[in-house]
This record gives sequence, structure tokens and C-alpha cells, in this order.
Amino acid sequence: MSAVFEQIFQVGFLAAIIRIATPLAFATLGEMFSERAGVLNLGIEGIMLLCAMAGFTAASLSGSLWLGVLVAVLVGALMGALHALFTVALGLSQHVCGIGVTLFSSGLAYFLYRLIFGQQSVPPSIDGFKPAPIPLLSDIPILGPAVFNQFTLVYLAIIAVPLAAFVLYRTPWGLSVRMVGENPRAADSAGVSVIATRFQAVILGGALMGLAGAFLTMAQFNAFTFGVVSGRGWVAIALVVFGRWDPWRSAGAALLFAFVDALQLRMQASGLGHIPYEAFLMLPFIFTIVAMAFMSRNAVAPSALLKPFRRGER
Amino acid sequence: MFRLEARTSTPAWFNLALPLIAIAATLILCSGLIAIAGAGVIEAYGVMLSASLGDSYAITETLVRAAPMIFTGLAVAIAFRAKFWNIGAEGQLLAGAVASCFIGAIPMPGTLAMVLMALAGAAAGALVALVPATLRVKFKVDDVVSSLLLNSVIYYALMALIEGPWKDTFSGYPISPPIEDSANFPVLIEGTRLHLGVVVALIAAPLCWFLIARTTLGFRIRVTGENPEAARYGGINVQRVLLSTALLSGALAGLAGVGEVGGVHFQVMSDISPGYGYSGIVVAMLARLNPLGVVPAAIFLAAVMTGAEAMSRATGVPAFLSDVIQGTALLAMLVALLFTAYRIRRVGAQT
Repeated sequence: MSAVFEQIFQVGFLAAIIRIATPLAFATLGEMFSERAGVLNLGIEGIMLLCAMAGFTAASLSGSLWLGVLVAVLVGALMGALHALFTVALGLSQHVCGIGVTLFSSGLAYFLYRLIFGQQSVPPSIDGFKPAPIPLLSDIPILGPAVFNQFTLVYLAIIAVPLAAFVLYRTPWGLSVRMVGENPRAADSAGVSVIATRFQAVILGGALMGLAGAFLTMAQFNAFTFGVVSGRGWVAIALVVFGRWDPWRSAGAALLFAFVDALQLRMQASGLGHIPYEAFLMLPFIFTIVAMAFMSRNAVAPSALLKPFRRGER
Repeated sequence: MFRLEARTSTPAWFNLALPLIAIAATLILCSGLIAIAGAGVIEAYGVMLSASLGDSYAITETLVRAAPMIFTGLAVAIAFRAKFWNIGAEGQLLAGAVASCFIGAIPMPGTLAMVLMALAGAAAGALVALVPATLRVKFKVDDVVSSLLLNSVIYYALMALIEGPWKDTFSGYPISPPIEDSANFPVLIEGTRLHLGVVVALIAAPLCWFLIARTTLGFRIRVTGENPEAARYGGINVQRVLLSTALLSGALAGLAGVGEVGGVHFQVMSDISPGYGYSGIVVAMLARLNPLGVVPAAIFLAAVMTGAEAMSRATGVPAFLSDVIQGTALLAMLVALLFTAYRIRRVGAQT
């Protein structure tokens, strides 16, 4: 048993946690911005898939990975705008619109991918991002190789967490976002445009979901498959609840989930007994459901979440 | 300047016109993708129509495909009526399929097997749906998220079964052993795949309508969904209504899986459902959550799916067009529904 533990807890394990947490952190922060402004975005799963496809395609056709990232971010922002058009401008049901956006985006991703790449027995791959070690910092024992010898996108995610906290809690725009999510009527009388602020927050959220998708196909797997997102978007929604709509806690939740996921990968590889590998695949999802059961009672969701705002209407 | 104005009443013809307008808008929007793929729009839609509804055999194939979506559509429609956001019909379908396959593989008289398969499948689906409902009632866990996450859990459980204890030792493929021949649902028209389960689905729709519109439970479900405070004030146990709705909704989704095992595949495999659970949401919304509307809505989606495959073979346009059509139809229907609550009114320049 101790041999198993030794195999599990090593530098590679820490590095794996950070890597798995990165797309989840982007997605969770994106969903958090949207929800803090009062808009649940269930389109996340499909948006991540479409962005993963769009980024991969752009990178594969142009040969530039960063162009791929840019395309993924733009497509994410565009899909965020679409979701905001339905839920903010038209005030439609956020639940059902989100499912609609997910069905539409994933359908579009499948369709365009098949149209551009045709049906191939082996999915085409690209030369993805390479780890970019940070001088000096990467020489720190254990922490160095695990945290500071990663993809540039990983560093971006690490910076994104304090940045998101700063934007949300320390800037006028962040205050507007929190106001329209808590009490849109008061925000409106204070001269904050509820519609515009919500649009901006959902679009920013979509762009972050785009980064999450880009990471999957350009750093983690270097190929696009139909199952590349496989529930990570849904998990991000749960992580926002688990992280109590706070950037730091959400990032912590992403790390915790990544720990469970990395653990199941290791346990799978170490061939623990005769437990089927699917049991390990299930583990993060069951963990999330159970964690939500413990957390949700005290959860303080933005008061205006799911509530559309129309001026002069109660 | 135009602005939205609240409507006080909705004309009756809206119920029929809105889905038709939404579908027309969807087909127009999606024709752009056909053009991008380099095919003729009229030709592509023509192939879709004739391959799905063009002759009697095609119609039976479309009905066979519509059956699971009638069940999942009913499951979602009833759940959404109570504002129990069951997005887990996919997992409930899979659970129903596994349970009915387990029963169907036990040798026993055919009729008994079919009845037990249906009961087991419905019970399995109901149990799965009970999880998010209980979590919501007891722990205030958002039912959307928990029912979504549960879909992945059930899927992996199914995979563990068919790659583990259920694995076909003879072929080595990850598929369950087949059910007994005597448990196969009878085919109604020789030479087609139209099975008994399709008729059951068609009968289930009016039964669900009766339940929602004419029974006490149906009344409680509607009041709980429309105004939970009023329901509570009126002495309705809202939590119990939510749990009953979940059981009913899950059982219906489970029956979708039973039909696929007993009437179409006769065993369980990983791709037994191409997302019928999610399609159920589209069906329910197109039907405006009316169980009677679920039947034509499911037939429409089934026709798109069957037609898209033929269209892909004939024109080279990827068959995934049907997935885009589903998503677009859902969004178009939501926008169309806006006109039941609001009307566009021209207002003067003075405002």
C-alpha cells in the first residue's frame, strides 16, 4: 500500500493537479462572473466544446497556436453575447436558454469539425504548447518543477485568479457587476445600466470559457475529439456553487476537484485491485454532488440570479 | 421606436402557430450551413423530407425513433410543469435500459417478461430522478446541476457494466448479453421495425395529458410550478409534489430506455441513446410543455434525425446538421414564446 502512495504523491502528481485545474479554473471564473451579474450560463459545456474546436482549427490551419487561442476567446465572447441576448436583452429562461446554447454550440462544433477535417480514422493532431519554465522559480525544489515548469496558459490561469478577485472587489465595474447580480433595481436607480453590465459580464465569462476550451485542445490533448470537454463545463457550474461565487474559493474548488481527478488517474494507472476504471472516472462527479449537498445549505447565491430585469416592471 | 408590452391574454391559435414559426425560422437559419457545405438547400431538405416521411417504411422508421423522444419529452414536460428542472432524462433513460435488459435476459414467458421489463425500467429511471429531487428538497442543491452531473455518473456505471461483468465473452465487444427472444417486443407491421413500444409511447402522451390536466396530482404539479407560495398557502405539500413529479418524470424517461432495449437493440451498448434525454428538452419546449404536443414535436425531431443521415449520404453535408437544428429549434422556440407574454407595440417619439 505504501508503494502505491509513493507512486501517487510525487512531483509529477502536483504538476498534474495544476494542469487539470487550469481549464477548470478558467471555466469556473467565467461562470462566476456571469452568475455574479445574475446570469446562469448553462451554455458553458457547449461553448467550451465549440471554442476547443474553433481554436484547434485556427491553430491547425494557420500554424499559430496563439492565433488559435485568440479565435477561441473571440468565439467564447461571441457565444456569451448570444446567451446574453436571449437571457438579458429578451429575459428568457436562463435554464432552458443555456441548454439551448449548449445543444447549438456542440452541434455546430461537430458539424464544422466534420466539414473541415472530414471523417478520419485517427483524429488530426497539432504540435501543441510546450512547457515554458520560468527561470530561477522553476529551480525551487518540488514546487518549481510542479508549478513553474508549465504551459504559458497555466501561468495565465494562476494570474487570472487574483486578477478576477481584484476586478470583482476593487474596481467600479466589479461593483456594478455585484450590484446588478444582487439588486438590479437599486443598481438601476444608482445609474448603473443593468442590461449593459450583465452583457459585459456574460461576454467576459464566455471569453474565459473560450480559454478553457483552447487549453484542452492546444495544451492538454493537442487534438479535438467529440468527448474532449466531457462534462468539465457542468463541473465548473458546480464548482462555482462550491466556491460560493468567490474567485479565490472557486479556484480552490477547481484545485480540489483537480486533486480528486489526478488521484483517480493515478489509481487507475496503478491498477488498484480489480476496480473498473469507470469507477474512478465517476469519482469526481460523485464527489462534486456530495460536496454540493454539504455546501448548498449555507450557499449564498447572488440574489438576482435567474431573474431577468425589465425596467419599470416588477 | 418599438417596445415590448405585456399581453393580458394569448390567442388560442398561438399554440399551433408558435412552434411552426420556430421550426420555419430554424430551417431557414440552418440552410446557411447547408450552403457553406456546398450543397443545394432545397435538395438537401428535400432528401431529408422524403427519407423521413416520404413513404410508409420511412414513416415507420421515423416513428421508431420518435418513441424514445416522446417518453423523454413527456418526462421533461411534466418535470418542468412543476419547475423541477430535470436535465437528467439521459441518465434515467440509460438506467431504464440497463434494468430492463437485466430482466429481459432472464428466461420467462414473453408477456410476463415485457411487463416486468417495463416495471423495472420505470422504477430504475424513477430512482435516478429521485436523487436530484431529494437533494433539492433536503439540501437545497440546485437540481439542474445535480441531474446533469448524475448523467455522467450513470453513463460510467453503464460502461463499467458492459466492459466488466456484462461483457460479451464471445465477441469481446463492450455490449451486454442480448435479452431472450421471447422478450423482444412484437413487431406490428411485417418487414418494419415498428414495435409495440411505439404504440405504448403514443398512448402514454394522452394519459400524461389527462394526468396533468384532469387529476388532483396534475393540479398540484401545476400550482407548485406556477406559484409555490400559493401552493403552500393552499395546503399543498410542495416538497412531496416535487418528489412525486420526479418519480413520474424519471419513470417516463426510464421507459424510453425500455423501448430501446425491448424494441430496437435487444441489448445495451454504450451508444444506446444518441442524446435522446437532451432532445427531450427540445421536444418538451416545442410542445409548450403540453403532453399532447409532445407527439408531433418528437416526430419532427425524429424526422430531422432520420432525414439528416440520408441527406448526408446523398449530398455530403455532415449529418450533425440535425444536432444544430435541435439547438436552434430550442432557442427559436424560446424567442417565439416571448410573443405569448408580450407584443411589439409601436410607441411615439415623445418617450
